[in-house]
Amino acid sequence: MKEINNLKVGSNLEKVLASGQFACTGEIGPVTYASFANIDKHAEEMRGKVDAVNFTDNQTAVVRLSSWAASLRLIQLGMEPILQMVCRDRNRLAMQSDFLGAYAHGIRNVLCLTGDHQSFGNHPGCKGVFDVDSVQLIRMLRRLRDDGCFECGAECKEPPKFFIGCAENPFGDPFEFRPIRLEKKIEAGADFVQTQCILDMERFERFMEMCVERGLHERAYICAGIMPVKSPRMARYMQTSVPGMIVSEEFCQRLEKAEDPKAEAVEISVEYINRCKEIKGVSGVHVMAVAWESIVPTVVEKAGLLPRPTF
Amino acid sequence: MIVVDNKPIEDILQMIAPYKKVLIAGCFGCVTVCLAGGEKEVGLLASQIRMARQKDGSPIEVLEQTVERQCDKEYLEKFQDNAREVEAIVSLACGIGIQYLAEVYEPIPVFPGVNTQFLGANRDVGKWEEFCMACGECVLDKTGGICPIARCSKHLLNGPCGGSQYGKCEVSKDVDCAWHLIYDRLKALGQLDKMKEIIPAKNWHRDKGPRKLVKEELTLERN
Repeated sequence: MKEINNLKVGSNLEKVLASGQFACTGEIGPVTYASFANIDKHAEEMRGKVDAVNFTDNQTAVVRLSSWAASLRLIQLGMEPILQMVCRDRNRLAMQSDFLGAYAHGIRNVLCLTGDHQSFGNHPGCKGVFDVDSVQLIRMLRRLRDDGCFECGAECKEPPKFFIGCAENPFGDPFEFRPIRLEKKIEAGADFVQTQCILDMERFERFMEMCVERGLHERAYICAGIMPVKSPRMARYMQTSVPGMIVSEEFCQRLEKAEDPKAEAVEISVEYINRCKEIKGVSGVHVMAVAWESIVPTVVEKAGLLPRPTF
Repeated sequence: MIVVDNKPIEDILQMIAPYKKVLIAGCFGCVTVCLAGGEKEVGLLASQIRMARQKDGSPIEVLEQTVERQCDKEYLEKFQDNAREVEAIVSLACGIGIQYLAEVYEPIPVFPGVNTQFLGANRDVGKWEEFCMACGECVLDKTGGICPIARCSKHLLNGPCGGSQYGKCEVSKDVDCAWHLIYDRLKALGQLDKMKEIIPAKNWHRDKGPRKLVKEELTLERN
């Protein structure tokens, strides 16, 4: 374990990464009704198995229990959240106001995202905000933390000091631009990165090579997105119909040929995590089991990521 | 040009249902070029209205007139004689012309005969595409002459989002990813370095409220 010094924020996630240990985060998608039941349930499943838990922000542009409220619930349960924020639903006033409140409540990690287009969701006629883009959002958070000023330049007396995360999609195009875009985000102030889920390992490896060439792994912690996909049908759907995803033929076929696709899904995730441990520049994994949160502990355990570090 | 599309005839008939004599006002500007509000379309709409009302047993008299531009008061005045004759006007100009006409001829009610769509270019026969959102602060120098404000579905300023794939936008396979186009253009121009620059948060409101442009040297109010 590396000696930890010069922490920017001191969140558990930052400590794990700064100590040089392979990080592992989970994710819970808040529900579309006014209840914490699913959060309480999945939080218990993930307790002690992950370093922090992401809460998506109106994922796929569908109205859901808010990310900050879910994050706050997790703090009450004694665990550490990663507040996701997308640019689609808030302007810079609302974003900064939520950051003040989130920090005052003890939230320390934020993941900045563009957000799926509103036309995918259940209110397709709504006005997409996109007042700032994800790079500008990261920059806004970094200036709040390090310069103590709002986006407008005015002083913030007690600024929120977040461990700032961003996403990058190695499967989006133009492929050669993806590491450059990540570099812009790091330049803007991103401390850690969670990639889009990897369902094509070769492409991810090529992406990481380009990142390492640019020295990005030395400027931010890059965590690889891992998604256990529980049915072959879902894999095929993502392969053909989800923009920005690449699902390898091998991945689909393994699930299709498996007698027990769920067991195979776990097997593949574990394999991918083990491969990620060997890829230069990868500092951890983010396990996002969409609509299958309960499998996270099994994947994490089988991948030899337990016990999680404590400080 | 300002691209408009015709409103459904049923909607227009409903707007003018109470009236017995109306004017269809056309414009020789953009709406003529995009084949929705010129002299020909005025004639077509007038005939459709007459026939529909005849069939309904409530005949209507429909006058037709088209002027150079409805966004200029000087030309709007040419409607004077016909406007005096009618109970209502249906304008086939863009939203600008419709409003200006309504202002000049108050209290005669003026109705929209088209839906104003966007500022765009003619791609092919019968095909138009949005190119500009009149944001008031042009960034085309940074983006290889392709506007990310108008042509990126999320108005992003710092490159493509994660939904860009195979040159297409995540919203539809029929929509090009503006940032992919920008990338290709800048690459061809040998200016890819421009993609590395962080463009700061945009000032979306150059003015407080509705925008005005006053060029002092051209105004007639000078001493």
